[in-house]
Amino acid sequence: MDLIIILQAGVATGTVLLFATIGEIFSERSGVMNLGVEGMMLLGAMSAFSVAVSTGNPWLGLLVAMLAAGLLSQIHAFITITLQADQVVSGLALTFLGTGISLVLGEGLSKAGAISLLPNFSIPLLTKIPLIGPIFFTDQSIMVYVGYLFVPLTWYFINRTRPGMHLRAVGEHPAAADSLGISVYGTRYFYVFVGGALAGLAGAVISLAVSPGWFSELTTAGQGWIAVGLVIFAQWDPVRAMFGSYAFGALRRLILDIQGPAMILGFNNPFYYNPYWGFFLQMLPYAFTIFVLVIGSREAVRKRLGAPAALGQPYIRGERGL
Amino acid sequence: MTANNTLPSGQTRIDTLEMSGITKRFPGVLANDSVDFDVKAGEVHALLGENGAGKSTLMKVLYGMYHPDEGQILLNGQPITLNSPTDAINLGIGMIHQHFMLVETLTVSENVALGLPSTRGPLTDLKRVSERILELADFYGLKIDPDAYVWQLSVGQQQRVEIIKALYRGAALLILDEPTAVLTPQEVDELFVIMRQMTEDGHGLIFISHKLHEVIEICQRVTVLRDGRMIGTRSIAATTKSDLASWMVGREVSMTRDLVPMKPGEPRLVFEEIACNSDRGTPALRGLNLEVHSGEILGLAGVSGNGQRELAEVATGLRPATRGRIILEGREITHLSPGVITDLMLSYIPEERMRDGMIRDFTVAENLILREFQKMPYSKNGFLRLKTIDSHSEGLVHAFRVKTPSIETPVKSLSGGNIQKVVLARELSRKPRAIIAAQPTRGLDIGATEYVHAQLLEQRAAGTAILLISEDLDEILAMSDRIAVIFEGQIMGIVKRGEATPEQLGLLMAGVKEESEIA
Ligand SMILES: Nc1ncnc2c1ncn2[C@@H]1O[C@H](COP(=O)(O)OP(=O)(O)OP(=O)(O)O)[C@@H](O)[C@H]1O
Ligand SMILES: [Mg+2]
Repeated sequence: MDLIIILQAGVATGTVLLFATIGEIFSERSGVMNLGVEGMMLLGAMSAFSVAVSTGNPWLGLLVAMLAAGLLSQIHAFITITLQADQVVSGLALTFLGTGISLVLGEGLSKAGAISLLPNFSIPLLTKIPLIGPIFFTDQSIMVYVGYLFVPLTWYFINRTRPGMHLRAVGEHPAAADSLGISVYGTRYFYVFVGGALAGLAGAVISLAVSPGWFSELTTAGQGWIAVGLVIFAQWDPVRAMFGSYAFGALRRLILDIQGPAMILGFNNPFYYNPYWGFFLQMLPYAFTIFVLVIGSREAVRKRLGAPAALGQPYIRGERGL
Repeated sequence: MTANNTLPSGQTRIDTLEMSGITKRFPGVLANDSVDFDVKAGEVHALLGENGAGKSTLMKVLYGMYHPDEGQILLNGQPITLNSPTDAINLGIGMIHQHFMLVETLTVSENVALGLPSTRGPLTDLKRVSERILELADFYGLKIDPDAYVWQLSVGQQQRVEIIKALYRGAALLILDEPTAVLTPQEVDELFVIMRQMTEDGHGLIFISHKLHEVIEICQRVTVLRDGRMIGTRSIAATTKSDLASWMVGREVSMTRDLVPMKPGEPRLVFEEIACNSDRGTPALRGLNLEVHSGEILGLAGVSGNGQRELAEVATGLRPATRGRIILEGREITHLSPGVITDLMLSYIPEERMRDGMIRDFTVAENLILREFQKMPYSKNGFLRLKTIDSHSEGLVHAFRVKTPSIETPVKSLSGGNIQKVVLARELSRKPRAIIAAQPTRGLDIGATEYVHAQLLEQRAAGTAILLISEDLDEILAMSDRIAVIFEGQIMGIVKRGEATPEQLGLLMAGVKEESEIA
């Protein structure tokens, strides 16, 4: 067990969570909670891998993954924005739908041979910085580096640009936005799409870079749910989402590694000798997610954490509100 | 005077705006019945009428939110069509809704800039917006910090942001729908200064209020609506408050309240060292002590946001107390559930009626039995007894004069005043032992206010303990046996009826204790 390797791998795995979490942040900032992240991610992972296998071009795979998951998200958008149905129910249904489509269309994909993946490389000078260099800038996937740039850009977009300001207004007080001529429905449809596309991208990062291949629903293995939990944990802020994602990525890696050696710190490693202890460890990230989701489901807590005020509520123009 | 037809904001002024023959129907309701109404540049025109008379509806038609079924709108003599608020804004019509349309988590300048094009394309040009806000604010003598977040502002300050927002968009005609309902007397004075300045510049203003002295003070003309029809338009000069009142309601209305002297009974609702937190997790009540006696109305005065809402919620079990005890008729209720507290006959008239007092999509009848539906006579063996419920509801709707098409109408389509009557009917008809009434007459017309006060006095005579929370000092002074002033979650002082002056209360409300008062 080498701490540097765990952290390095943590950043790589965490990049998957990062894109999915930021996607969900966009969606929720506009007022639409989408619990379909897991399904959209899986669809992204499957379509990315499938396109890469048949065309040999991983970049095309990435693009198709974003489009496919983005389109899938529009079902949720239609049901919750236009038909004003319950967002939780629709989101859950979307996860089932996305998972189902991916498993059917991905039939046989697991037997595909080696394909060309998204490239890995090191950043020349930065790689020499002690600690930071090996963890962040050595032999990482290109998407990891994209992630580094993506976080500050997202933050700037949400907090400093005009469309970002409109996004926040729609999620906080849709009636106010509407009364000033901002299209509430248009904004929500758009950011639900962005959320879907980023979830698809996250899926593609798994199947084309971080742990390449198609392993049916084990490809994502519940990471979509962790992303939903991370949104609350990150208090709807992309910078906090980055810390959370990398921490969770490292935790996943640590849990795998800790079950490896027979001896740990001079003692017999209980996780090595007893598989049940190992399962317990593997459960922890999901248990944490459930914990965060339960806590975050209380309105008072959400308010205190700074959730968008109109999160989960359909908007109906002209409805009397007193 | 052609040189004079632009406003300081650069917008051309609206010399005349006429609405003629406006009719607007909702299912089962004729909200506006061929109404004529007009405003001229440089005047404040009041729109008066009882709750549900159709004032807000008429104004929403003018602001492009509702499309009228019949009638037309002429702007400087030219017919116009309004399909959305954006159309209205572009023609120079602005509206300040009673419930502010501000995004609390954005700053003042961000709120003003929302939806407007930016000189920097996709980036915000908040610096330029702030400068323009300060220019406008300076011109109208408004104090405003463009970088403050809206949630940090008091209600009065938020309203100024709304006014700036409208001026910034070049409103030449401004609709103010009950702007004073949530303001302190000082804030009302400040608003009037701004309104006078605006009319001097050539703006036209429409002012809706249920407070007749305000109408007399600020307006030049007044139009009265009753049941959706226009009764008439008059000049304010040579009208008195009582003229207006009887003209509006169609009968004599009494403006004073007689509190028959009563010997107060035992302390019935007692707060001991109560503390609790606000929604944001900061302390809202800090060791508050208060006793409300049987047969007494205890008025709780204070500037909004000093813990009034939290006090009501802690007492009714809706918010956990972090410290202290609450006792109702000798029994501690501090950590009981709202349901149990309800069964101990504590009634609650919440300030946010739509959110806390009603289920919006339920009918009037269903809302009237919300507290007792699981008990006889409204249900038996788990089944609702619809006949009993209906006759009970019909009775209450009649007794409290709720204006509704039927008892099967969802409450969300009632006017503000009638929603309040439904809450009152439910809470008062169950013969409570104690009542917490938060802003019970806010937004009510004078007839309804008189009625609510009479109901509370009847409860007082029956020996109920009443905690009357109000930001309306006139109401507090008229209705209370004793007046307690709350400031930052504590009681600053308690004054007896007849010994309290508005000045003294004002000082206490500002947190100034008598000892430290400098003569
Ligand atoms: N969206 C709506 N759907 C159905 N009915 C409505 C709607 N809006 C208003 N009404 C009805 O139209 C009538 C007029 O309502 P309006 O809100 O204009 O009254 P108002 O004069 O502003 O009263 P208040 O002083 O209580 O605010 C009421 O009977 C109300 O129930
Ligand atoms: Mg109204």
